[in-house]
Amino acid sequence: MQRYTRRAVLGLIGTASISALLAACGGGQATPTPAPQPSPTSAPAQQPSPTPTTAAAPTPTVVATQPKKTLRVGFAISKSGPYAAGAGITIYPNYVLWAKDVNDAGGIKLSDGVYTVELIEYDDQSSPEEAIKAIQRLVNQDKVDLLLPPWGTAMNLAVAPVFHQLGYPQLGVANLSDKTPELVKQWPGYFSFLGTSSQYSEAVADLLSDLANQGKIGKKVALIYVDDAFGLELSEAARKKFKATGFELVYDQGYPLGTTDFQPILTDIKQRQPDAFVACSYPADTLTLPEAAMVVDFNPPVFLTAVGTAFPVYVGKFGQNAEGVMGLGGIDPKAPGLMDYYKRHKEVTGQDPDRWGSPVCYASLQVLQQALERVGKVDRQAVAREVATGSFQTIIGTVKLEGNIYYGNWLLGQWQNGEFLALWPKNKAAATPIVPKPAWKK
Amino acid sequence: MTSILDALVTGLVYGGIYALLALGLTLQYGVARILNLAYGDFLIAAAVFATLLYQRFQLSPLVSLLLLLPASFLIHLLVYHLVFVQLERRRGSWRAMEASSILLAFGLSFVVSGAMLAIFGGKLFSYSYLLVPVQLLGSVVPANRLLALVLALAFGGFAYLLLVRTRIGTAIRAIAVDPDGAPLAGIDVRRWAGLTFAFGGIICAASGVLISMFQTFNVPMGVTFTLKALVVVIMGGVGNAVGALVAGLILGVTESFVARFISPGLTLAAVYGLFVLAVLTMRTGIFGRALR
Repeated sequence: MQRYTRRAVLGLIGTASISALLAACGGGQATPTPAPQPSPTSAPAQQPSPTPTTAAAPTPTVVATQPKKTLRVGFAISKSGPYAAGAGITIYPNYVLWAKDVNDAGGIKLSDGVYTVELIEYDDQSSPEEAIKAIQRLVNQDKVDLLLPPWGTAMNLAVAPVFHQLGYPQLGVANLSDKTPELVKQWPGYFSFLGTSSQYSEAVADLLSDLANQGKIGKKVALIYVDDAFGLELSEAARKKFKATGFELVYDQGYPLGTTDFQPILTDIKQRQPDAFVACSYPADTLTLPEAAMVVDFNPPVFLTAVGTAFPVYVGKFGQNAEGVMGLGGIDPKAPGLMDYYKRHKEVTGQDPDRWGSPVCYASLQVLQQALERVGKVDRQAVAREVATGSFQTIIGTVKLEGNIYYGNWLLGQWQNGEFLALWPKNKAAATPIVPKPAWKK
Repeated sequence: MTSILDALVTGLVYGGIYALLALGLTLQYGVARILNLAYGDFLIAAAVFATLLYQRFQLSPLVSLLLLLPASFLIHLLVYHLVFVQLERRRGSWRAMEASSILLAFGLSFVVSGAMLAIFGGKLFSYSYLLVPVQLLGSVVPANRLLALVLALAFGGFAYLLLVRTRIGTAIRAIAVDPDGAPLAGIDVRRWAGLTFAFGGIICAASGVLISMFQTFNVPMGVTFTLKALVVVIMGGVGNAVGALVAGLILGVTESFVARFISPGLTLAAVYGLFVLAVLTMRTGIFGRALR
């Protein structure tokens, strides 16, 4: 008997303490996620044919009083696994925000009525197999009208054949690669809104050349890169361009994914006194490198890290020390509509968007919406053609794709006074570079 | 010469966190006889709470250390008594439950990380604390890493003295050697193995809080910490506190030397090469099982 009482007491304490801990720290984590429930108003005709159904009389003047229809938009995204961090910052919140914005504004106007957006989502667990299964399920069982892409180059490439085979356009955002121009030849519905890797590498070399020509820095560059497809592709293009423009690479080494100790690397680099430090890094490395740099007091005139520099968590972590750090992305706060987007993003999703892929992701959804409205019906082939050829007004300005790729992004930015301002391309820069970078404050 | 000394010192300091990480697992695995595959997920839980306390309430991680260590002790004690003891009851003996306890711990790891994923999602956690450069034998190291080394040495020394020099330690070692025979000598296996498991939980939480100070992490990363800890535990000899300390430091020094003098790209290869070598040549880790 005594044993049972003790167990009961232990159990009670356990449940109470765990729930108290969770309640204390889990507050304010609103997840506005419409659960993937098969709605009774299912399947609003896979291909709404020009011969409208009874409800949709072609009388555009009384649109507002018509019963609304649902546009089913499905996606598989990494909510767990290694890709969850990137997907959770750059992609997923934008899907939620976009659906809300569209529905708040009344919906999407097609020729046979106004459609509200319903999101249907699955977790692909950062596994390509799961993503493919989820997409097949979305199309075959949930009968979605449109699909949205996953996060990450590898993931986008994995699902691309399925999108293509099922005839859905894939407006990829986080699918940066130099192979895209080749790939779109076999998959005409495959798009990339962030551009190509070499675009960014060349921008780095061009920016450094520009600074060197102004006499602000010398010609010695230290380059490190994460040892995977992304880091290799990015550093390869950068290396070529550096050599072509007369830069001397005083250090050029890869490091394994998941490295947390950068002190030996930076100690070595510091002795070689580079004018610019360029790291083709992933978010976790990007957030660790400045720490090691502060410890060994390595403060080159240009300190440039790749993915993650534009994340809100970066300035949250480093505060004043973020000042002068350069990275991929950047924004112009004066661009019309952009700051409004930042405000709404924070209000609706409860988190700040990043200063690179986030606005581009939202813009890609605006493109999709406008293309759909121009076509006037859920004709996916026609929508893909319109996305490829049309020009669209978005929060990042006018978007016009060339060969299914958008090349007009801000490529490089620098943290200045708590904002990640675009530096390159020079003709649409929001600020002039602060070089040399201010010293680390301790 | 100075650069060799520098690589050695920074390697030792950076190895401190490996040692601390492994120390908790080696106690749980070697002494309480439970290969706790949820170790990394509990560690992440501590790291997440430390980060949130720091970001929302500006609570210093050193203070949250004081809160989270007892909390982790209690939670691990509960997990031990409510989960693993139940399994032993059903199986009848400790030996019989060893295999199924691994599966159970595996499941537990999914429960812990799944619950955290549902609450916090996959976002990155990162903040800086105690990033103060400290001069040590002519090298510069960050204070947070140094603290990890100091804690590793303190916990390791305490565990060693407790296990080898005290009567309770002798009882605990008896459990480690033969959990089914120990009750014959009047040892309360559930009590002492449970306390050892929970002590491992304290070290687990300490590593979590320290790691949160200097490393960017997110919830799904728990398993990588379990694996790192497991590598060090096996190199140092299962259940051997001093072995875990030394193996952790050796790993740190290896990484430091390879990154500095050969190529940073080869650090992972060097670490696992060392691991394979240790498993092949030393069947019971660096010091064998004698020290325990």
